[in-house]
Amino acid sequence: MSTGTTKLDVVVSDVVPVNELVTRFHFRRRDGELLPTFSGGAHVVVEMRDGDRTRLNPYSLMGSPLDTREYTISIRRDDVGRGGSLFMHRSVRPGLEMVISYPVNLFSLDLRAKKHLMLAGGIGITPFMAQTAQLAGEGGNFELHYTCRTASLGTYADVLQQRYGRRVRLYHDDRGERIDLDRLLSSQPLGTHLYVCGPAGMIGWVRERAAALGWPPETVHFEHFAAPQPGLPFDVTLAISGKTIRVGEQQSLLEAIEAAGVDPPYLCRGGVCGQCETNVIASDGKFIHNDHWLSEEDHRSGCKIMPCVSRFEGKSLVLER
Amino acid sequence: MGITFRKETFRDDFTFRNSPEHIRRFPFPFHEDSYMYAVNIEPHVVGPKGSVLENLIDVDEHYVAEMQDRALVLAEDPLRCQSLPHMTLAGWDLLELLMEQQALGYPEHFTLTRDGDRWRWINRPLGIDDTFTFGDTSTLPYGPMEYITRQSQGDFCILDQRDGNLWMDAGMVTTQADWSLDFDIGMNFFEWHAPVPLAHEKGIFTRALKFLTNIQQGKPARRLNWTMTINPRLDTSPENYHKWGPDRATVTPDNVGDKVHLRVELQSFWRLPRSNAIVFPIRCYLIKMDELVTQPKWARRLHRVIRDLPEELATYKGLTRYRPTLVEWLSKLDDGSATSPGFGPD
Repeated sequence: MSTGTTKLDVVVSDVVPVNELVTRFHFRRRDGELLPTFSGGAHVVVEMRDGDRTRLNPYSLMGSPLDTREYTISIRRDDVGRGGSLFMHRSVRPGLEMVISYPVNLFSLDLRAKKHLMLAGGIGITPFMAQTAQLAGEGGNFELHYTCRTASLGTYADVLQQRYGRRVRLYHDDRGERIDLDRLLSSQPLGTHLYVCGPAGMIGWVRERAAALGWPPETVHFEHFAAPQPGLPFDVTLAISGKTIRVGEQQSLLEAIEAAGVDPPYLCRGGVCGQCETNVIASDGKFIHNDHWLSEEDHRSGCKIMPCVSRFEGKSLVLER
Repeated sequence: MGITFRKETFRDDFTFRNSPEHIRRFPFPFHEDSYMYAVNIEPHVVGPKGSVLENLIDVDEHYVAEMQDRALVLAEDPLRCQSLPHMTLAGWDLLELLMEQQALGYPEHFTLTRDGDRWRWINRPLGIDDTFTFGDTSTLPYGPMEYITRQSQGDFCILDQRDGNLWMDAGMVTTQADWSLDFDIGMNFFEWHAPVPLAHEKGIFTRALKFLTNIQQGKPARRLNWTMTINPRLDTSPENYHKWGPDRATVTPDNVGDKVHLRVELQSFWRLPRSNAIVFPIRCYLIKMDELVTQPKWARRLHRVIRDLPEELATYKGLTRYRPTLVEWLSKLDDGSATSPGFGPD
């Protein structure tokens, strides 16, 4: 997610425990208007204000793309994670006002496909809730294979079977049920596209078997279900304006510079246009370049940085601002 | 205050003119006295009142005449409008975007009312009042993309996003600057930009593609591009080169002011919600030299830009044949004094 994403002010309209690990959250716009339309597979980034920390985690939108009175997301509690899911499970109640991003889709349906073959692992079912709703509404041809640990942890399995009947196949680990992946992948008609969302191991397994069985890479779509890593805070000296600033975990360097009252040039705020290119006067540490503007040579030289998207780890950084 | 729509032509007798108000409104593309091809992308946000950015989808005094010209082009060459089978949903997305924006910006001319899937669209300048079911193509006289782009100024390319690239899989293209939808349909971003000189060496297209594929819903972007056209002809397509190509040989010192037009494209890039496609409205603005030089700053600046333009870009933009004549004509209007910063007239 690039910084500067357009934001939506929402209120939590419902919090529904789905099973012992998963809770569903419903959001409506604070002003009561419809939320933006989205496409199946889209996610929103949820801002979580937890004391002095703000976390940003992406979650798939689950509702039908045709109904934007509210957004729904489902979150699996992760007791050893960074704390985002714990925050949502423990602190979010109906009536709480929150901020989320506009929908972003990095796992969209390929509408050319003659058939959509979907493989979901555990909480990876969430983007397929919206995609199946979208396809069902359009008369699309799809088949969903859903693996989960146990029947009680099969989040939304009953809903999916009720809606789509034989187009949904369930596999429960505790009953020794496994997808016969090679057989499944070998028996699909020409023009089928494959979508997989689940744990990294499952994604790797499916991609490897698909490649071995001759599936063209363009027909295999996957989404890793992992939150972005936070950047470490770092201090910066702005040589021209004479200020020293701290860049927070969830703040871009550009935002921190602006917050200090300095007015650097910018345009796209996405690491592409080159406007905010900034000279590094001195540094003692490691650059984390995330831009697409500077050349590899520029990155290695350590003389320039794009503050909109890039970061730094180390003892000192002095910029010409 | 409604728009007064002009009756004018973009062919044969070429009666197209800009009113004095629209001359000053013209999106002059040069912010300094020299030019180099660059991405020059910025957020597409509302700009000053009285400019072409007052609304995100601009409707102006040429609207009715341009829609009439589009109908003529389509009657002669229906393949200027194509939508590959998987792009129907994107067409509905575009219909929604354009109806919403036109109704929002120009309520005296356009009205959109929605009752669930039951929509009513009133287009007063074109005398249209249609009720249809959103998503049901049988309730419209054309497919959704064609229907709404027969009622919207500018060309429209809808780019399907897949495999980390953008594919030109649908479009309405009747006012283009020498490229062909029929030729480009189905191509990806690098393929349809192959002819642009210099830019590939600078890695500009790789960066531009990264930017475009990351465009967020609700956060459109834009850029300006420019070329020149002899006579105010909207349809300078490769298909019709035999009609407009020879015009370049007709420029003389006596007719420069009337025949030579600066042609500016305001390109914007929007993420479409249901299809996740990108739509690329390409709005063409034309101004003849006699009109442009009523703004002295623009006359000086354009003289310097055209005089100093790299040969490769001049060739690519098709200026070579008449560039010396144009530069000589403009030089009489350049007293050498400095131009003020910014794009706008003084």
